Amino acid sequence: MSDATATLTTVDGKPLKAALAAAERRARWRAFLLVVPLLAFVLITFIVPIGQLLKRSVYNPAFSDNMPNIVAWFAENPPGTEPDEEAFAALVADLRLARENKTIGIVGTRINYDLPGSRSLFTKSARKAKRLEPPYREALLEVDEDWGDPMLWQVMRGASSAYTINFYLAALDRTRDAEGRIVPVDENRRVYVTLFERTLILSVVITALTFVLGFPIAHLLATLPLRYSNLLMIFVLLPFWTSLLVRTTSWIVLLQSQGVINDLLVTLGIIGDDGRIQLIYNQIGTVVAMTHILLPFMVLPLYSVMRPIDPSYVRAARSLGATSWTAFRRIYLPQTVPGIGAGALLVFILAVGYYITPALVGGSTGQLISNLIAFHMQKSLNWSLAAALAALLLGGVLILYWLYDKLVGIDNLKLG
Amino acid sequence: MALPKHASPLERIWHYTYLVICGLIFLFLIAPILIIIPLSFNAEPYFTFTEKMLRFDPTGYSTRWYDLLLTFGMINPDAPRDASWWRDVWENAAWVRAAKNSLIIGFFATLLATALGTLAALGLSRPEMPFRRLIMAVLISPMIVPIIITATGLFFFYSWTGLANTYTGIILAHATLGIPFVIITVTATLVGFDHSLTRAAASLGANPTTTFFKITMPLIMPGVISGALFAFVTSFDEVVVVLFVAAYDQQTIPRQMWNGIREQISPAILSVATILVIVSILLLTTVELLRRRSERLRGLSPG
Repeated sequence: MSDATATLTTVDGKPLKAALAAAERRARWRAFLLVVPLLAFVLITFIVPIGQLLKRSVYNPAFSDNMPNIVAWFAENPPGTEPDEEAFAALVADLRLARENKTIGIVGTRINYDLPGSRSLFTKSARKAKRLEPPYREALLEVDEDWGDPMLWQVMRGASSAYTINFYLAALDRTRDAEGRIVPVDENRRVYVTLFERTLILSVVITALTFVLGFPIAHLLATLPLRYSNLLMIFVLLPFWTSLLVRTTSWIVLLQSQGVINDLLVTLGIIGDDGRIQLIYNQIGTVVAMTHILLPFMVLPLYSVMRPIDPSYVRAARSLGATSWTAFRRIYLPQTVPGIGAGALLVFILAVGYYITPALVGGSTGQLISNLIAFHMQKSLNWSLAAALAALLLGGVLILYWLYDKLVGIDNLKLG
Repeated sequence: MALPKHASPLERIWHYTYLVICGLIFLFLIAPILIIIPLSFNAEPYFTFTEKMLRFDPTGYSTRWYDLLLTFGMINPDAPRDASWWRDVWENAAWVRAAKNSLIIGFFATLLATALGTLAALGLSRPEMPFRRLIMAVLISPMIVPIIITATGLFFFYSWTGLANTYTGIILAHATLGIPFVIITVTATLVGFDHSLTRAAASLGANPTTTFFKITMPLIMPGVISGALFAFVTSFDEVVVVLFVAAYDQQTIPRQMWNGIREQISPAILSVATILVIVSILLLTTVELLRRRSERLRGLSPG
């Protein structure tokens, strides 16, 4: 009798607690199983590719796979060893091998990434390698005295391991000197840090502009009666639904020197026909077009925060003697902060990684970091450097994304 | 937003200035999109209004750029316009082929994203879902991660698996990019979903499958369709992944536009853009009607 009162049981005799736990476990599994197909899909088509990108940024086997003898010599001799006759013999053997396998091009390119100008050294020496006779040290130095350069040996030692952080160093305008220390690159070769800075600055400018333009109209939309605001909302939603390329094309049409805005200014007599302003293919083009494209992402979160704000708070402030400016600043503005945060973070995240618009309207000064990643993927074919730049950008975006989730919550992401 | 009777003159001035400022911002938003529509009927190959256009002279306007959309890439564009000419258009015109590719890729990517996304949203909106926040963050991330990074990763992945230059590859990638939109719209519809309806169905003897198709499905349908439209637009507008992983003959409309803008920019681009603007107006209207229907179905206030 005392047993039955101590533990409640179900009809089939299981303790109620255990039965409840089992039921909850089943419910959790049921919910989880619904998500599993999509999770697996995203894992394969998104997470794995990103993983491969990250691997590519630290892994480049172009040298280590194709130059086995010299790689073995590097493995046997500690860093700092002066390259001896044995090393040069290994090098010549590898040059012959690479020439035979037609891999000398990729080997040279790999070294060229770390020591610009050395690709031709490899191809030229490989062509002559067949005829070289011992002693190889003198013979190779005869071909080109650059083979005695300690810097070159340092770079080859670095490349003899397929795993390297050198691409990250390059992406941050750093390199290694002959002793392997990390030093900044020559002033005239510094590109990437400047570009990261420019990306950040332009993104901040664009975010600020979307805020300045977005706040008044979000406020207007939020305070108008619904039947008007729904109508005006079309002005915000139509750009949102219009193709990105269409909007970029429109800005080319408007801003180019023979375009609508310049024509209008000439007709009005504000500028002369020979004084047409260059509004596109520079930073102005990038900033204007991107502000237009990202504006809806600022207006929509602001609107959804402003709509439920009770107007009686501002009225109360006014009745207590506040001027309209004070009432706005002390009462209304603080209530919109969550919307400002959500909109600004979202716009900033999207702006930092923008590619299409800067590529089409940015010219050379309006390019962002994404455009440089595309350049290294498609033109210079330095894929590892592209991957390292992409990884750095990804890191930054993920931190912002995490921040967004903490402050706003992904659940509150709204579309239209 | 009405001005109170007791407003001071300064406040009145500010009020009207504010309205003018808002008007200008709305103009900034909409004018660039609308301005290309008249320009696409330009008779001259310029990107600005000619004097004839401003005088509304009919000879200043023409549909030659729309005609070019059909004839560009044809084998024999000057032949008489009979059935064989139209067959030539259907098979060879560059823009028509791009449109066909875009529609095929968009259709399958949308199907995949909507089916998987809706299923997942059903799981994610259950309160007992474990690791809900983390999983949600992972599933939304394709929208947040810069497209160039996704495209670069896919380039490495596809050259490794042999999916490069295949329709399957592009469809899978576009489905991934569309999934966040499906998740967001469907979970939004499921917020405030009245679970007593499904319990009522169960108590009346319906099995879970019947309950899903007879009760849940009709209620979340507006959200599913909006999500599908978002996914379709995402695929229909996507150019970077196509640039990185597609073969040359797998041109889509945005890819073709990209070429047009970078190489030989002509008002033909504007005629495509005009058609796309009309498509987006139709889509926006559909989504808006669906949203209102969904709110009516769920008994929320209209608006």
